[in-house]
Amino acid sequence: MAPAIFLVFAALAVFCGLNVVLRRHPIASALWLIGVMVSLAVLYGLLGAHFLAVAQVIVYAGAIMVLFVMVIMLVNAGAEQPSNASRMAQVLGLPLLAGLLAVLGLVIRRATPAAALAARKGTAHDVGTALFTTYLLPFEITSILVLIAILGAVVLAYKEKH
Amino acid sequence: MDAVPLSWYLVLSAVLFGLGVAGFLFRRNIITVFMSIELMLNAVNLTFIAFASRLGQVDGQIFAFFVMVVAAAEAAVGLAIILVIFRNRATLQIDELDSMKN
Repeated sequence: MAPAIFLVFAALAVFCGLNVVLRRHPIASALWLIGVMVSLAVLYGLLGAHFLAVAQVIVYAGAIMVLFVMVIMLVNAGAEQPSNASRMAQVLGLPLLAGLLAVLGLVIRRATPAAALAARKGTAHDVGTALFTTYLLPFEITSILVLIAILGAVVLAYKEKH
Repeated sequence: MDAVPLSWYLVLSAVLFGLGVAGFLFRRNIITVFMSIELMLNAVNLTFIAFASRLGQVDGQIFAFFVMVVAAAEAAVGLAIILVIFRNRATLQIDELDSMKN
């Protein structure tokens, strides 16, 4: 059962990812990207990471993509014009990409299936316990990071009146 | 219970990461380039969670959680920067945003 679910949602993720890259219109790319994120959320659930599956849907597909769609709407972004100004990417892009995938494939082939180190399941309870004990300081620091990001976004996007 | 081999997840992650890199290199719209970066971050998160699940450790999930938080902060600031660029230059084509080139 699990391999079938994996194959269906992996194919869906790759299909949506292809559309993200190939669509001319940014809003179409954004909507296909939501498809990638939702299928990845299903795979997280399959892996037993239930908390992150929910966070993926709420934070990524919900908050971040709404931000993207809002900005696309605000700047009224149309279909992108094809240009050949960047020769470098067109000439070197595909060979470098093939090289990257070859290296990744080699690493994956050589990766030995490691034995489980601990018997923790990775449920929301385990994640919460680790987050508020071992990783409490980084967790608190991220709240400062998010605060700075909010301030930065407001300062950047604030329109001065002349 | 979970019969999916770890390497399947890694291959899917590599493919999604490659798609993100391709979008980053070939697309000319700054917002689409930004979305390609999000695609790459998601691919990395999948690797983290697959290893966390397979090793029976929760740390990989914590890392993925932090990646998610940083991605949210990055999206907020990055999109604000895109708004400012659009307001000042009235374009989203990265070919035309080359004032640091000369």
